[in-house]
Amino acid sequence: MTDVSQTPQNAPKTSIHTVDARTKKRNAAERRFKAYGIAAITAGLLVLLVLIGTILSNGLGAFQQTFVTLNVELLESKLDKKGERNLEDIKKVSTFGYAPLLKTAFEEKVAELELETGLKSKDMAAILSKSAAADLRNHVLEDPSRIGTTVEFTFLANSRVDGYLKGRVTRESIANDKKISAAQLDFVDMMVAAGVVKKTFNIDFIIGADASDQRPEAAGIGVAMMGSFFMMLVVLLLALPIGVAASIYLEEFAPKNWITDLIEVNISNLAAVPSIVFGILGLAVFINYMHLPQSAPLVGGLVLTLMTLPTIIISTRASLKAVPPSIRDAALGLGASKMQSVFHHVLPLAAPGILTGTIIGLAQALGETAPLLLIGMIGFIASNAPDSISAGLLSPNSAMPAQIYEWAKRAEPAFYERAWGGIIILLIFLVTMNTIAVILRRRFERRW
Amino acid sequence: MYDSPALEASVDQKETKIAAKDVQVHYGDTHAIKDVSIDIPAKTVTAFIGPSGCGKSTFLRCLNRMNDTIDICRVTGDILLDGEDIYDKRVDPVQLRAKVGMVFQKPNPFPKSIYDNIAYGPRIHGLARTKADLDVIVEKSLRRGAIWDEVKDRLHAPGTGLSGGQQQRLCIARAVATEPEVLLMDEPCSALDPIATAQVEELIDELRHKFAVVIVTHSMQQAARVSQKTAFFHLGNLVEFGDTGQIFTNPQDPRTESYITGRIG
Amino acid sequence: MPATWPVSWLVLILLGLSVIGYFLGRQRALASAGGDSRLLHSLPNFYGMNVLLSALIPSAVVLGAWVLIQPMVINSAVSSAIPAEVIAEGSSRDLVMSDVKRVAEGLEIARESGAVTLAEIRALDATQTDIRALLAEVGVALGSDVQPAILKAAQDYRAMSITGSNAMMIIVLLIAIVGFGRSYARTHHEYRARNIVERAVLALLIGAASLAILTTVGIVLSMLFETVNFFGLHDWKDFFFGTVWAPNFRGDSELAIFPLLWGTLYISVVALFVAVPIGLFAAIYLSEYASKAVRGFAKPLLEILAGIPTIVYGLFALVTFGPFLLRMFGDGGVLGVNWMTDARSVATAGIVMGIMLIPFVSSLSDDIINAVPQSLRDGSYGLGATKSETIRQVVLPAALPGIVGAILLAASRAIGETMIVVLGAGAIARLSTNPLDALTTITTRIVSQLTGDGDFASPETLVAFALGLTLFVLTLGLNVLALYIVRKYREQYE
Repeated sequence: MTDVSQTPQNAPKTSIHTVDARTKKRNAAERRFKAYGIAAITAGLLVLLVLIGTILSNGLGAFQQTFVTLNVELLESKLDKKGERNLEDIKKVSTFGYAPLLKTAFEEKVAELELETGLKSKDMAAILSKSAAADLRNHVLEDPSRIGTTVEFTFLANSRVDGYLKGRVTRESIANDKKISAAQLDFVDMMVAAGVVKKTFNIDFIIGADASDQRPEAAGIGVAMMGSFFMMLVVLLLALPIGVAASIYLEEFAPKNWITDLIEVNISNLAAVPSIVFGILGLAVFINYMHLPQSAPLVGGLVLTLMTLPTIIISTRASLKAVPPSIRDAALGLGASKMQSVFHHVLPLAAPGILTGTIIGLAQALGETAPLLLIGMIGFIASNAPDSISAGLLSPNSAMPAQIYEWAKRAEPAFYERAWGGIIILLIFLVTMNTIAVILRRRFERRW
Repeated sequence: MYDSPALEASVDQKETKIAAKDVQVHYGDTHAIKDVSIDIPAKTVTAFIGPSGCGKSTFLRCLNRMNDTIDICRVTGDILLDGEDIYDKRVDPVQLRAKVGMVFQKPNPFPKSIYDNIAYGPRIHGLARTKADLDVIVEKSLRRGAIWDEVKDRLHAPGTGLSGGQQQRLCIARAVATEPEVLLMDEPCSALDPIATAQVEELIDELRHKFAVVIVTHSMQQAARVSQKTAFFHLGNLVEFGDTGQIFTNPQDPRTESYITGRIG
Repeated sequence: MPATWPVSWLVLILLGLSVIGYFLGRQRALASAGGDSRLLHSLPNFYGMNVLLSALIPSAVVLGAWVLIQPMVINSAVSSAIPAEVIAEGSSRDLVMSDVKRVAEGLEIARESGAVTLAEIRALDATQTDIRALLAEVGVALGSDVQPAILKAAQDYRAMSITGSNAMMIIVLLIAIVGFGRSYARTHHEYRARNIVERAVLALLIGAASLAILTTVGIVLSMLFETVNFFGLHDWKDFFFGTVWAPNFRGDSELAIFPLLWGTLYISVVALFVAVPIGLFAAIYLSEYASKAVRGFAKPLLEILAGIPTIVYGLFALVTFGPFLLRMFGDGGVLGVNWMTDARSVATAGIVMGIMLIPFVSSLSDDIINAVPQSLRDGSYGLGATKSETIRQVVLPAALPGIVGAILLAASRAIGETMIVVLGAGAIARLSTNPLDALTTITTRIVSQLTGDGDFASPETLVAFALGLTLFVLTLGLNVLALYIVRKYREQYE
């Protein structure tokens, strides 16, 4: 052994009550390092704040809409010349036949309020949505006996007027805008003062259908919501049983061999495959090969099922693993078969965990967009809500995120507002689902 | 039973290195150390013995403020190193730990080369000006750790590749590389086989010539073999402290006697 | 009777048959035991389940297989019967087959709408009837007049499809009835129904677990077939080694993957430059410094970022962040430099994608840093190291393999991300190095090539499958590597 006592004592005696220069420097480095960490956390939280702020400030507007309330005289001479109230005859009058009624209604309103405006009645009527005449026509067709009376009808204002009331459109921004003039905005100001033009809550955005790209004011997300709902139904009905069955096999029955290993590696890799690849799979297999209808929520649901399965399998296996072996032994000891011990004892105990994983998987699927683009669930495709389950599954529809993408693509500020509004609704669903998942987890979390 | 302790007449004359007075330690609501006062002499091996959970490790960790890393731990009373209070608010624990090094129960070499394991302390404390200085420190420390001959040909191999006993000697060498004045050892041999234990014990005996060594051990034989002073802890109290020979042959307190004869613990 | 019975009817019949089987099986078992269920080998429900499963499973398996295989068989039979001279220069057998299918589908629609009868379809002659006009009447537009050989093939295709479907129905029903009958006949109080049912359930469980493999096989095969078709129409050397991406729907496209790969990797690197430092430092702070309260508050908030759908990030890039960058760096911008012409750019998409990846990197790194044993930290503190020295020189080097794995997983995410780049990156395929230029990526091109109105058999559409396969191989490679590294790392400290 080396003689340690020979080493010279060289360190000068220092007091621990004075912090030396080197320690000061090291402590400064320590503070810097800690500051980087705080900066990173702050940056992350700040971004979250900006994101939420952007979503709310841009999207809340979509839940309000500008309406114009007018008294319209439904002249028999224009709408039903024969006077027989025959529905077929009335249907022959196209929306063009209704346009003059709107102009007249404006003229009368101006006269009634004794307003001074240089606008022609045509320009006054132009502050309405392009669908105004069609809406009025539908109102008449619903009940032809209204012809000949004067009805109070609430029209959608067009998106420029709506934007003006929401501050999105200003007199400067419309300098080169052919769709609206400064004089029309003056007129709108007067009508607002008179209470004819009003901004109110817009239920049609939440329950309505998408509208063509000329009428952002009429577009709603309701039908796309139905599309999402039917897709989630398919995902739930397929992914939950298949995922649970696969997990039970892998966790409880599978022998340790290379096939099981292969399946396991496969599942963890499938969980990380880009979602668009599942879209390609859906397009090639479900649509091109199996000839399922394009744009159908059924196909969307099938694609999302394949995408969600790995997530559900991974979380289900974790909850099965958390059930202690003593429970299985107890059941087997009473003479239950392995299958009975799993289905009667292990599965019920793992159920809350499985449910939590499933809800999180569904939330993921609900927000997924890319695969839906490839199977055609975009574009202005559904103008009516499906009226039956099979129509819900098979007739072309969109989904919430795909509808948001569609609006974003139309590159028009009024549609951007729609898109942000749609995001608010989508996020409300996601937050609700995740909250339920968290509550379930807290409520049923067991410590063995 | 156990080897007869090496009685050294000079023990009592050594100056006091660490003086603890009325030390209390609380872990949350638990009162882990109660009123402990002890004077730990320089250039001596002091052993802390006692049944598990008696507070000996906790008290050891107070001596270089390792307990600071645990949020709920609260220490009161005075602990003086060379007459200076180590819990004074002017003290930077980093500087303190350079003077009071520590070796742990389980060998914990960093996942780096043997050389870098030893050089780690000198580097962060700035003990070497040049690469050559560092080389000298590394060699000196490995020699002090009694492991130089075994590793001198593979200084750049990972430290985690050594055997358990070698790893622990590497950790001791790593601790002495920062030129501490006190070396705390928390059951340094509990994870080692008998041969490795013997090597480490021999090393501890060598280290006494330069450092004050405080060793926590659950083995009374070990305490008897390596230490000159022994302190017996029980339920957070320091029951008895004295020369090792006296503690083992003529304990004053009935609890010490019960423990040594195997009735408690 | 309709020409083809819809499969859904068949499924309903099968389900009905099996439910009836359940009750009958149960009843028969009880009857054989004289109504005393204690005399049965298994619980009565097992006898019912036995009949139900015997009727349902074999028939359902055959039905599924038939539905999948029949189109393949008919396709190859009809396709090989098409005379070679019908296939025009520059076309392919597959292109002609898609015409054949279109005509066949058109005839079916015409029959349903009552424009022609079954007998008339069989007797159709292209030299006498204008098939194109006939189909146009019922809303099926054809690109050209129908040649006699194609009409012949379409008629064959239709006939074979109908025969096949009818045969399928009969055979599937037969199997169901045989299964029903056999298991019903065997039902007896000594029969070991539970063992049989449990074996069947186990088979179902195995089937469910195999679906993962089937999905992978489906992904690979579906893309592989179309990729092979693509390389039949387009030079593979241009795809892999060319430098220009210029699809042209009139033909003669240059379809090289390189510019797309460049854009993909460039944007991913920018994203990682944002996500890795922020995510890593956030993880370090949360796991080593933060108090319990801060951790309990900041960690879930950061993870919200991971739960936000990518479409939201895409819209944020397109509407908010891109225009913000343009106001900074664009013509007449705040900084007075003219470096940016379009709100969509590498930086726009890359930075927003980086934000999305922050929680991904931080939660993975957090797990990995927590897996570093406390004894290493103690060893370092015991030597008088500060916290940051311990982290930088002990914890991070020890966690490095795991962190590399996490970064690889994040990279694979970035490469496969679609919505952010579709909305934020632009559509210009070029080899620019300016991060403020618009570039395009593999995923955006897959979307645009497959959502256009292009002919499905043209190389401009099929290239999407080759791109998809490349993307799949790329991300799969990264994932396998990352999972391997992370697993090795975990083993080290277990």
